[in-house]
Amino acid sequence: MSKKKDFDLVSTVGWTATAVLGVAAAFYLASTFERPPVIAIQWGPRGTAMELVYNPRTVVRELPRHAVPPKEEEVDKSGIPSREAYQNVQVLGDLDSAEFLRLMNALTAWVSPQQGCNYCHNPENLADDSVYTKVVARKMLQMTKVINESWQAHVGQTGVTCWTCHRGQPVPAYVWATETPQAERRTRGLMATAAGQNTVSTAAGLSSLPTDPFTPFLLEDKQIRVTTTWTPMSLGDNRMSIKQAEWTYALMFHFSAATGANCTFCHNSQNFGKWEGSTPQRVTAWHGIYMTRAMNNDWIEPLTPLWRENPKGPPEAGAAAALARLGPMGDALKINCMTCHQGAHKPMLGAQMLADYPELNAVSLSPVPLRAAMR
Amino acid sequence: MPLEYQNIFTRVQVHGPAPNPGVPLPPGDEPRLGKGTFVHLFGRFGEAQLGPIYLGRLGLLSIVCGLIAIVIIGLNMWASVNWDPIQFVRQFFWLALEPPPPHYGLRIPPLQDGGWWLMAGFFLTASILLWWLRTYRRARALGMGTHVAWAFAAAIWLYLVLGFIRPVMMGSWGEAVPFGIFPHLDWTAAFSIRYGNLFYNPFHALSIVFLYGSTLLFAMHGATVLAVSRYGGERELDQTIDRGTAYERAALFWRWCMGFNATSESIHRWAWWFAVLTPLTGGIGILLTGTVVDNWYLWAVKHGFAPMYEPVVPGGIADPLLAAGR
Repeated sequence: MSKKKDFDLVSTVGWTATAVLGVAAAFYLASTFERPPVIAIQWGPRGTAMELVYNPRTVVRELPRHAVPPKEEEVDKSGIPSREAYQNVQVLGDLDSAEFLRLMNALTAWVSPQQGCNYCHNPENLADDSVYTKVVARKMLQMTKVINESWQAHVGQTGVTCWTCHRGQPVPAYVWATETPQAERRTRGLMATAAGQNTVSTAAGLSSLPTDPFTPFLLEDKQIRVTTTWTPMSLGDNRMSIKQAEWTYALMFHFSAATGANCTFCHNSQNFGKWEGSTPQRVTAWHGIYMTRAMNNDWIEPLTPLWRENPKGPPEAGAAAALARLGPMGDALKINCMTCHQGAHKPMLGAQMLADYPELNAVSLSPVPLRAAMR
Repeated sequence: MPLEYQNIFTRVQVHGPAPNPGVPLPPGDEPRLGKGTFVHLFGRFGEAQLGPIYLGRLGLLSIVCGLIAIVIIGLNMWASVNWDPIQFVRQFFWLALEPPPPHYGLRIPPLQDGGWWLMAGFFLTASILLWWLRTYRRARALGMGTHVAWAFAAAIWLYLVLGFIRPVMMGSWGEAVPFGIFPHLDWTAAFSIRYGNLFYNPFHALSIVFLYGSTLLFAMHGATVLAVSRYGGERELDQTIDRGTAYERAALFWRWCMGFNATSESIHRWAWWFAVLTPLTGGIGILLTGTVVDNWYLWAVKHGFAPMYEPVVPGGIADPLLAAGR
């Protein structure tokens, strides 16, 4: 083998390797990094790295997602309450009958625009409760009222409507359910369990953090606080482990994705646990945790039997409504931050939608037996 | 041209007619494996000679223990994707062998709940310690100092603090690091969050100083020697005894630039200590976390190491848990 030939072989290998590495590097750069510009907005005192980070292209692209439907035309009062005009009006009886019809039209536009009135109503007798979705809708109206009345610490005066979650779909697009055992505990027998993590976690920004931060924190009330915030050396007082910190971290990933905001929207990164240095938004989010947990436990979960009987939606509504009402483990589809926020720090970017529909405030909270009409 | 063979990616390779077998081994040592060969590509980066290699009993045991650890970790990772080879490759960076849940404390957990982790950790540690012994013994066999072994020991110290000493002091195997690419990085972030921001840990800060300092010293030294290689500057050992024009020029260069210069011997002690102090101080910082200090930010404020910054909202935000009485 001559010296010359040897040299050529090596240089060919070298050039090929360089070309392959170059292509790989280009792919890595294009697929990993976000194209500038990135705008940073100062969000606290100088030198504290409190800033909000946005890419204007992403903000513009996401705008249609936060649109509000056209306002339902306002009506003159008829003077007759709906309980006198119609039969079997259980939670909207005090409402004027003309406004009642306006609300019914709005509800159809928000929840079942394709399926129409018959998605909840028996066309033969609109007062009939034989379609289970009517019973669900009644409970959901009460839930909306409870949120607007009792959870203003989170929703403020803006409040929520059916649209906030539903966005024109019978089942909101962003819901969660208990994971299948394979996902939760992917191994069998003597092989090591993954402890609910160490796979691609869609809930936690595609990291390897826990895949289901919702069950412990948004359904159960497991402790979220892991950092010691009292004295620097309070050893033994705080028994929270690094593993528990990973679960909290996963929940925070979800907060960030749901609100489209980075950590410093709420937290001071010098010490995530410390309240004094946080922003008021953190208090709002804190109430949101309790609100979401309450909604899942008090309003969503109790409806599970109805969904179990109709796991694919009401048969009367036809194929268009055939959406799953249950998760893979047979539990109800529950809410998290994404259900309403959908990537905006305020749902629909803070649009004052409830103000256009005062009818929603007329919902009565008097207890309605869930299965009264399910003969 | 005569000196060009000294450097990386040069065209000329100089070597003897046959591979150098090395000095005779002391009695009781196993024979070296192979007779050695020349590889042209290696010669482009460093020495063209490959082998002979000394494996010995320690090396063999170390490799066996290391393989056991890797097989335990790998098979558990593979099992976690239901033995799907495609998913194993696809999700490899996400997969891990997780330490036991904290409630087991320091007891021996069931295999599926961290038992495999404990076993993998044992064999990996055995492998590393055996390899350390090997670096020590090979250095002695060649009549060298044991500087390489002690530098390696500094790294082993950090490894042992993370995976053994600190978990034992905390009373829970669950405090240790998972075996996995992304999972160990997530663990690092969660560690910092749990203990109130590791950036305010002064030993973490020292470790970073020595880490970055190491790269700086490496660059300064490498650049200086290359810059005077045309005067034979890379013959550092000769110059320790017989300072020539290369040494004088390099020394003058640094005295002109910053008034002071290391010598051709002391620069290596500088580099060795910076490198060794990186894991040494880092290990101390990890060891104090959770065992002595529970929140580094509050510790730093208390000891005047960090300021208590102005709150975002005047007066600061109150904890709503205390306000609401929930």
